[in-house]
Amino acid sequence: MSNTGINWFKYSSPQAFHLLAGRMIPWFSVVSIGLILIGLYIGFFVAPTDATQGDAYRIIFVHVPAAWMSMFLYVIMAIWAGIGLGLNARPSFMMAQAIAPTGAMFTFLALFTGSMWGKPTWGAWWVWDARLTSELILLFQYIGIILLRSSIDDLRRADRASAVLALVGVVNVPIIYFSVKWWNTLHQGASVSITAAPTMAGTMVTAMLVMMFGFWMYSIAVTLARVRCVIADRERLPSWGKQASMADVAEAR
Amino acid sequence: MQWGSLSDFFAMGGYGLYVWTSFGAAALCMGGEVLLLWRRSAAAAGNHDGE
Amino acid sequence: MSQPSMSEALRGVVRRDLLLAMRHRSDVAMSVFFVVIVASLFPLGVGPEPAVLRMIASGVLWVTALLACLLSLGRLFTADYLDGVLEQTLLIPQPLAVLVVGKVFSHWVISGLPVVLLSPLLGLQFGLSGDSLVVLTLSLLLGTPTLSMIGAIGAALTLGLRGSGLLVALLVLPLFIPVLIFGAGAVTNSLAGVGSEANLSLLGACFLLSLAFAPWATAVALRIALE
Repeated sequence: MSNTGINWFKYSSPQAFHLLAGRMIPWFSVVSIGLILIGLYIGFFVAPTDATQGDAYRIIFVHVPAAWMSMFLYVIMAIWAGIGLGLNARPSFMMAQAIAPTGAMFTFLALFTGSMWGKPTWGAWWVWDARLTSELILLFQYIGIILLRSSIDDLRRADRASAVLALVGVVNVPIIYFSVKWWNTLHQGASVSITAAPTMAGTMVTAMLVMMFGFWMYSIAVTLARVRCVIADRERLPSWGKQASMADVAEAR
Repeated sequence: MQWGSLSDFFAMGGYGLYVWTSFGAAALCMGGEVLLLWRRSAAAAGNHDGE
Repeated sequence: MSQPSMSEALRGVVRRDLLLAMRHRSDVAMSVFFVVIVASLFPLGVGPEPAVLRMIASGVLWVTALLACLLSLGRLFTADYLDGVLEQTLLIPQPLAVLVVGKVFSHWVISGLPVVLLSPLLGLQFGLSGDSLVVLTLSLLLGTPTLSMIGAIGAALTLGLRGSGLLVALLVLPLFIPVLIFGAGAVTNSLAGVGSEANLSLLGACFLLSLAFAPWATAVALRIALE
């Protein structure tokens, strides 16, 4: 069984992709660790204490990059999903599959650190602000995509169904953002202005951007590592398509 | 350097709990993800020893 | 032999689905009854203060409508999928998206329309009156078709999966949120004396957007499910 599998595998593009990813991971990891360390140094030792928020503002050095990555990764995932559907390309479905858990992790992190920031600055762990709400829905959508994929046994259908869901979700998130924003202007009760950020010193912005690039490189490294696992998992199947029996698929999971 | 002492640094001007919980959670999530992937790829490599 | 035109095919699908629904009238009655029960539970849980009830009315009734739509989504394609009709439907020369529109329309007539017709009555239970009742009914009339449209995507994606009932809820509820916000917002605005036209037109926009994209996405999802 393994013979035919490897034979097939050798001439496929996932094989080349697997190798390429393996070579790229160390570079992205090193750059990511370096950037995150530099970002933390600037964030904690160079950037001054904020005049209005005190040192609590330092949470943004992890919060903003995480929030940014959560949305960015969703868009990238949807693009891979779209390419997969359009060109019927398996590697791009695998990329979409590999991005989802990291995106969900960053979404959770953005929500968690957001509430850690919110408590000391606006006195509440949670407010129904447009950004927070859309971020929460984004988390629901990530979880929905992961759940849909894991409940379909046929790999081909799992790839394509979760791709459709990812694309539908891409339309949904901006609509939610604007609807909640608009909804909030009518419900004047909770009048905390999160958008009115304090004017940030140059070093603060630098620290945030460096952290952001660090998180970006981290995401690439982790996604590539996961796509290698996905390829290895699928390669153990005698074949990719419908011919794979249920038992093989179940074993590969 | 704006921190007078190590305890000053950990206090974060009174917001230490919030700041360090946030950064701790980030470290935990990202480190945990790397660890899980490490184990998963090690398991996959173990299965491919016969290659 | 001439092929039936697109509108004929559409009418055929709607007629067939409605006829099937009329044979299982208890299904329709059940979803209506569900809405009444859920809506009646809230006053019992929250307390009978008219001011409080009036404040939560729009949200409660709208969430109830979401749940009613969700519960009936299982019926949208499953029966046709199990008896093989759906597979035959894919072979029909007319675009699948058009047939999906027909199926979604009949789903709405069976599950959405009864809620719309019932809503003034439920609104009365919550102490709504006059204008707000009209706005509630109008918002549901504009919003529930959108719910059926979006729900069809989820129903098609989860077709034939184990535990699909729960899964479809998890997939579809986040997509329902904009409709919920605009729909409930319309009623809240009319209670506050602010115009609710903006909310209603946004609901209309949601409907048009879903009419443009959802049948197409549902058709893609159905083909994926039946491949």
